[in-house]
Amino acid sequence: MLLIHCPYCEEERPELEFRHAGEAHIARPTDMAAMSDEDFEKFFFIRSNPKGVIYERWRHVHGCARFFNAVRDTVTDKFVMTYKAGEPQPKKLPGAGK
Amino acid sequence: MMQSFRIPGAGRLTPAKTMRFTFDGQSFTGVAGDTLASALLANGVHLVGRSFKYHRPRGILSVGAEEPNALVDIERDAARKTPNVRATVQELYDGLAATSQNRWPSLSFDAGAVNDLASPLFSAGFYYKTFMWPKAAWKSFYEPKIRAAAGLGVAPDQPDPDHYSARFAHCEVLVLGGGAAGIAAALAAAETGVRVILCDEQAEFGGALRFEAGAKIDGADGWAWAQTAIAKLSAMDNVRLLPRTTAFGYYAQNFVGLAERLTDHLASPDANAPRERLWQIRAKRVILAAGAIERHMVFADNDRPGVMLASAARAYLNHYGVAIGRNVGVYTANDSAYAAAIDLKKAGVDIAAIVDLRDNPSGPLVEEARALGIEINHGRAVIRTGGRLRISSMSVQPKNGGGERKIAVDALLMSAGWTPSVHLFSQSRGKVAFDEETKRFLPGIYAQDCISVGACNGTDGLAASVEEAYAAGAKAAKDAGGKAAKAAKPKVEASENWSRGMLGAAPGAGPDKIVKAFVDFQNDVTAKDIRLAVHEGMRSIEHVKRFTTNGMATDQGKTSNMHGLAIAADTLDKNIPEVGLTTFRAPYTPVTFGAIVGHARGALFDPTRKTAMHGWAEAHGAVFEDVGQWKRTWYFPKPGEDMHAAVNRECRTVRQSAGLFDASTLGKIEVVGPDAATFMELLYTNPWQKLDAGRCRYGVMLREDGFIYDDGVVGRLAPDRFHVTTTTGGAARVMNHMEDYLQTEFPHLNVWLTSISEQWAVIAVQGPKSRDIIAPLVKGIDLSDEAMPHMSVREGRICGVPTRLFRMSFTGDRGFEVNVPADYGQAVWEALWTEGQKHGACAYGTEAMHVLRAEKGYIIVGQDTDGTVTPADAGLDWAIGKKKTDFVGIRGLTRPDLVAAGRKQLVGLRTNDPKIVLDEGAQIVADPKQAIPMKMIGHVTSSYWSENCGRSIALGLLTDGRARMGETLHVPMPDRTIEVEVTGPVFFDEKGERLNG
Ligand SMILES: [Zn+2]
Repeated sequence: MLLIHCPYCEEERPELEFRHAGEAHIARPTDMAAMSDEDFEKFFFIRSNPKGVIYERWRHVHGCARFFNAVRDTVTDKFVMTYKAGEPQPKKLPGAGK
Repeated sequence: MMQSFRIPGAGRLTPAKTMRFTFDGQSFTGVAGDTLASALLANGVHLVGRSFKYHRPRGILSVGAEEPNALVDIERDAARKTPNVRATVQELYDGLAATSQNRWPSLSFDAGAVNDLASPLFSAGFYYKTFMWPKAAWKSFYEPKIRAAAGLGVAPDQPDPDHYSARFAHCEVLVLGGGAAGIAAALAAAETGVRVILCDEQAEFGGALRFEAGAKIDGADGWAWAQTAIAKLSAMDNVRLLPRTTAFGYYAQNFVGLAERLTDHLASPDANAPRERLWQIRAKRVILAAGAIERHMVFADNDRPGVMLASAARAYLNHYGVAIGRNVGVYTANDSAYAAAIDLKKAGVDIAAIVDLRDNPSGPLVEEARALGIEINHGRAVIRTGGRLRISSMSVQPKNGGGERKIAVDALLMSAGWTPSVHLFSQSRGKVAFDEETKRFLPGIYAQDCISVGACNGTDGLAASVEEAYAAGAKAAKDAGGKAAKAAKPKVEASENWSRGMLGAAPGAGPDKIVKAFVDFQNDVTAKDIRLAVHEGMRSIEHVKRFTTNGMATDQGKTSNMHGLAIAADTLDKNIPEVGLTTFRAPYTPVTFGAIVGHARGALFDPTRKTAMHGWAEAHGAVFEDVGQWKRTWYFPKPGEDMHAAVNRECRTVRQSAGLFDASTLGKIEVVGPDAATFMELLYTNPWQKLDAGRCRYGVMLREDGFIYDDGVVGRLAPDRFHVTTTTGGAARVMNHMEDYLQTEFPHLNVWLTSISEQWAVIAVQGPKSRDIIAPLVKGIDLSDEAMPHMSVREGRICGVPTRLFRMSFTGDRGFEVNVPADYGQAVWEALWTEGQKHGACAYGTEAMHVLRAEKGYIIVGQDTDGTVTPADAGLDWAIGKKKTDFVGIRGLTRPDLVAAGRKQLVGLRTNDPKIVLDEGAQIVADPKQAIPMKMIGHVTSSYWSENCGRSIALGLLTDGRARMGETLHVPMPDRTIEVEVTGPVFFDEKGERLNG
């Protein structure tokens, strides 16, 4: 069981309180109805599934109930960092080189 | 029988504290502090079981958790039977009753031993190769035979009457293993004031000090030092000691699972005491002090009862005061067996000879053995043993061949060296590294905040281990926030030093020999099997392991893994690291299901949700059905009625008069705020801006892909306030779905979402008399059709309490849904029931509700839809706001496949024989005479007997269904093919006149 830092509660809580909510930074277009089939496919179906660093959405469902974003390593399962929904995708990760 | 192998003055137990026990029905006595194994050995009993595959007689190999042979069945009573208990771990209690396993009719004469004679048939991979042909024989012949013969113990056939406890704990320093190193680490950490937990699988802390007679720490004998140190730790408030506790699993972020055994050692446990406790510990730092496990020598017939690990024999002597024989042989490639021989010799046991595979063993232990007059045969091998139910001789030969000499023995000690216990380190995802010089895997790259100390880290010698452990304990505590340690470091004044050993098969089990030289005792895997696996083409140890089952028994190869690996490497002519080491997985030793499950059994397995009116329904004979976690009233049988009769009566009564239905389980969400209508427009297909306050609308919710996700009636209480209902099963996910969009996609909207499912009890009053029933109880609401038409909502009072009164119908008849605060639910229900009685109304359950809605063709999301149904498929495209430019699912609806022809559409199905009720899920075909597999063009989603229609009715999803009205299609069943006519989905009151009837 992982410990996850909720950026709203500002503390580490057990994984049991959280629920995974898919990949992060996939914004819903404002002009949905005008999307091409190809763009819709990318938006709705295609996910990155990398080996290594992934940006994910989590929800502190049995806590503050907020959705937030997390950076996690899919090899070690380790959380690199978490940040609030709506904040930009971090370019430089803690512990990473220049 | 007397304990004739108990040596007066030897060991640490008190001889006066005797205990009785039975083994296979025979009575014995032991001493308090014994394990079952030590007590059996004290009585001269070595034969304790039969092996898994060959049914060979087996004795006690070890003194601890690694035991592969001495697995017994412990029976306290009919329900408390535990199979596969390791006799070396089971503490003795007065009255303990143990039986041997895997033998018939008796342990000394076992019919299954014929497998041993027929062993060429049972070589590695035998099952894979032989039983694959003929295919038909597998199910009828091979599988039942193998299943009956497989497994060692017999599983209990009654529910477990014991209960199990569970605790979460946090600490700064968790020390796994309570030998000298673990104790030293805990002492150092505890002094800094941080929270320390120290656990050990044994009843008493001390680890190898139990047998290591040459240890002296702080002026005391090693074992005595350990007990003093434990007493000191036990007095400290920041330290928790967990004896009889096995750390079985090491998970992410220093989360460690421990199983504490609380009552298995007690003669008469308190009936209320938990049997075991599962600890889930989160530690800032973990110190692994798991020690090392001695390996056996791999040679022919190395499995006879009486053949034992040297350290085990030593522990039986030095701790339990038990001699494992009277004339003992020793076979070793390592010094530690010398120490065992010396201790036994000093205790008066004859040592027939030490056979040492090494050419010129030297050192203080060798010298001491020689000085005691023990015969040492170096450069020689034991190539065979004699005896049947107990070893009687060993045959010795120069290791490169030559004359053979048979030496009579009644026990044989062996040691091929020590394997560091890296199991938990490996489970923590640390990477082990092979040390070429000492031929062992040691902790390499760490993945978590832990550190290995002592023997499990490859640190040889007590002094070095204690030094290393103490420093690690102090550092771990400091890193986790402790103060600097100030306690005096334990001073090791004397210790034993054991060098090296060997891996793989000894000369007696060379490749040219057809002998049974066991590598894995529990799974009966021999050196020959591993060589065969390589010859059959297995290259990786993972394949060799699966082909031979080496290391795959419940002991997880604690004694066998390294030997198996070495033999495979040797046969492949590769280095050990090239062949690889298998991954260690939890649990380290078997853990009971009870400990894992804990309290989550029976009523506590999952929460049960009951509505406010549950008590009334129970008192009125309701039969309940489980819907998710809810208990819902299914139907209300009157005396003499079966389900069919009750449901028919309920359906009839609702349409003739009225019925009361508990609809409280529907999900309810209040959507509030200045942007509430805008939010509703985005989350539902329907238009909401122009819905007047006080009116209701049936809403359809989609996912982005355009498929129906949920539905429900929504009432607009005020311009900025919607009372949304969801399906019972969808309540939580619809709330999650709404929150997701509100928080992440539409955060600019000023809206609040509140789950109100449990705040409001809901009583549906449906039927022509519904208004007459509620009218006398309602205050402040005009119930006339003009003032309150179908699909409207009003706030007022009923029975003097607040109500949100919906005029809506899930039956097609005039109906109301009375929402009242949940605490008043039953009282209002009872008042409505009293009024209803005056009109001949009934209470009805979910079954009648289903039938009544199906008569009207109203779908149930999740029953008539399956996640691939669009609003158009379900005939609900009228619910899509055509002028809307955005809502969740708007783009999905125009995907090519969703607008293509040939989609399955909702239809009604009428059987030509009105008495036949179709099976839900049954498939529909156009031509019943076509070849199998037939082309299936649809399936039945809902099907009932309709008392009101006087015939069966069904809904289904059918390819191009709406273009097939009037067609006759076929539903093939195992016993017959049923003809159906395709119709519209409404079976009753097609014009909808009864809504105001
Ligand atoms: Zn939170």
